[in-house]
Amino acid sequence: MSRRKTERLLNLVVCLLATRRYLTAEQIRRAVPGYPDAGEAFKRMFERDKEELRELGVPLEVGSDGDGGGGEEIGYRIPPQAYELPDIHLTPDEAAVLGLAARVWQRASMAEAASGALLKLRAAGVDTGTDTSVGIEPRVGAGDPAFPALWEAVRDGRPVAFDYQGVGRTAVARRHLEPWGVVSRRGRWYVVGHDRDRGEARVFRLSRITGEVAPDGRPGTVTVPDGVDVRRIAFDRGEPAAEPRPATVRLRAGAAQGPRRWAKQVRPAGDGWDEAVLTFHDVDRFAPYLARFADDVVVLDPPDLREAVIWQLKAVVAGSDQ
Amino acid sequence: MSGKTTKAGGRASTTSTDRLGRLLALVPYVVNRDSVALEEAAEAFGVTEKQLIDDLNLLWCVELRSPDPYCPIDLSYEGGEITVTEAESIARPLRLKVDEASALLVALRMLADVPGLQDRDALSRVIAKLETAAGAAGAAAGKVSVEVDAHGDALARLRQAIGAGRRVHLSYYVPARDENTERDVDPMRLLVVEGNTYLEGWCRRAEAVRLFRLDRVTDLTVLEVPAQVPETAEPIDVDAGLFRPSDRDERVTFELTPQGRWVADYHPCESVTELGEGRLRIVLRTPDTRWVRGLALRLGDQGRIVDPPALAAAVRADAARALARYDER
Repeated sequence: MSRRKTERLLNLVVCLLATRRYLTAEQIRRAVPGYPDAGEAFKRMFERDKEELRELGVPLEVGSDGDGGGGEEIGYRIPPQAYELPDIHLTPDEAAVLGLAARVWQRASMAEAASGALLKLRAAGVDTGTDTSVGIEPRVGAGDPAFPALWEAVRDGRPVAFDYQGVGRTAVARRHLEPWGVVSRRGRWYVVGHDRDRGEARVFRLSRITGEVAPDGRPGTVTVPDGVDVRRIAFDRGEPAAEPRPATVRLRAGAAQGPRRWAKQVRPAGDGWDEAVLTFHDVDRFAPYLARFADDVVVLDPPDLREAVIWQLKAVVAGSDQ
Repeated sequence: MSGKTTKAGGRASTTSTDRLGRLLALVPYVVNRDSVALEEAAEAFGVTEKQLIDDLNLLWCVELRSPDPYCPIDLSYEGGEITVTEAESIARPLRLKVDEASALLVALRMLADVPGLQDRDALSRVIAKLETAAGAAGAAAGKVSVEVDAHGDALARLRQAIGAGRRVHLSYYVPARDENTERDVDPMRLLVVEGNTYLEGWCRRAEAVRLFRLDRVTDLTVLEVPAQVPETAEPIDVDAGLFRPSDRDERVTFELTPQGRWVADYHPCESVTELGEGRLRIVLRTPDTRWVRGLALRLGDQGRIVDPPALAAAVRADAARALARYDER
């Protein structure tokens, strides 16, 4: 991009910050070097410049002074108190954790935003040493293609629509959501909001969104209901977990280390086997977990768990005929 | 250690808006420090000295022509020291944007959730100060949150071991091989990646740098032995991803039913192909096929290995042997 354009935008910012009165487009054209003579070319260029300043976060105020040089004509200015970052002073230990926080985001849009923020804070006089180590380095990825659009929608309170491929579904479905928040757990991102198709709060996993996240309404039209805790909606499945039950299993001696980590009452049962008690909640989740240990684990009781494991293993044997 | 991490403005500014942001930060950066060496400023802004000098020249050229022409910014970089004598309206940095304030606040709040962080006090102070400075721009940060599984007790003890430069002994469970292992490790640093906490260290058994997930450490002893990390030990570049397949890895192809699609969410795949009606074909790469066999058993009717055929046969044999145990009784 051109140096001339940067120069013009810089002049424009300085000019609008320096004025207390609203300056009309024509006054701006005369004051700021780099604009063409009045006419369509100037209008288009000025429109684009205003847009660029807004993108940069420059608070461009539009109004009129009434008795100003432009009469009742609309003018522009940048109020310094809205432009300036308030004073911020950090002690060295505070600056160190700030530096750590700025390194948390891996790549992507949030990493750029964090760098941008750090630049401004350094400009305000904060010194974040680059080599301060606090002994732990957290990293958060936000690489899901849907992340930037959903973050913007959440930020701007804007409804969205997207195609979603749920687990167990044979086709993608178009979903319409008023997004309330995005949350990450175990490195995976979820969006929580009011599902307009179902008429209730729902959670969607970002990795299962296919294609574009499209705006589906105007900014500012999503209201997060009072008392909504997005994390709880995302991670509490709501259904009360089944009562824990004991399972009696045989574990091959010296094998099945995974279940042994939390097994109780492990005792030798002869012939190279141990017997142990494991606690489980959900047959449908626990049977596949046990099947994974093949012939190192044999379920003795309860019968429904035993049957579920047998069924699981039979499905694997039959796999080639699917 | 942080040498490889992104510095502020580390990416080369490509658009005039980016550059304008840098120029607006550059003046207050110098003003707040009275004078700054060219080299130091170039590093802080992630640009070359040549680029920086071009930026300074651009700032120096700012002029307003009406009502009376004047140049509002006066600066010099004679002798390699930047000083700003006249900065007027841009002596203060621009406010934080919503994205900028949120990126830092979300990260800080996540750090506050990590147990055993000694700097907790500094964290709450910096969060409060940043919230004040950000004003309204900080409000949206509450709509994003990141949970961390930190395993506080082991974490605190490992931090101490790192601080004291001590070797540790780990009992470590390897789910891929269903094995408990015992090893001495010279700790290097702690990491939180993809929501899990890891110890990075020189594993004396593998004689290599390894990551150990804290939720798989079954026992931890801090030894009365100084850690000796070899000079050649390179920290792992976690930003490049934890999963880095090697050429020697075996490729395994699965076909998954719609119910088995979760596998693609939980395991890094070399390729993912939609087969229609919600079914997927995925290719995984692995140095050790034992865990893949476990995965196939776990999938049951949700998916199966289609290639290599020998591995598919091995899984069926695993299941048949296991079934035989049930027939015996």
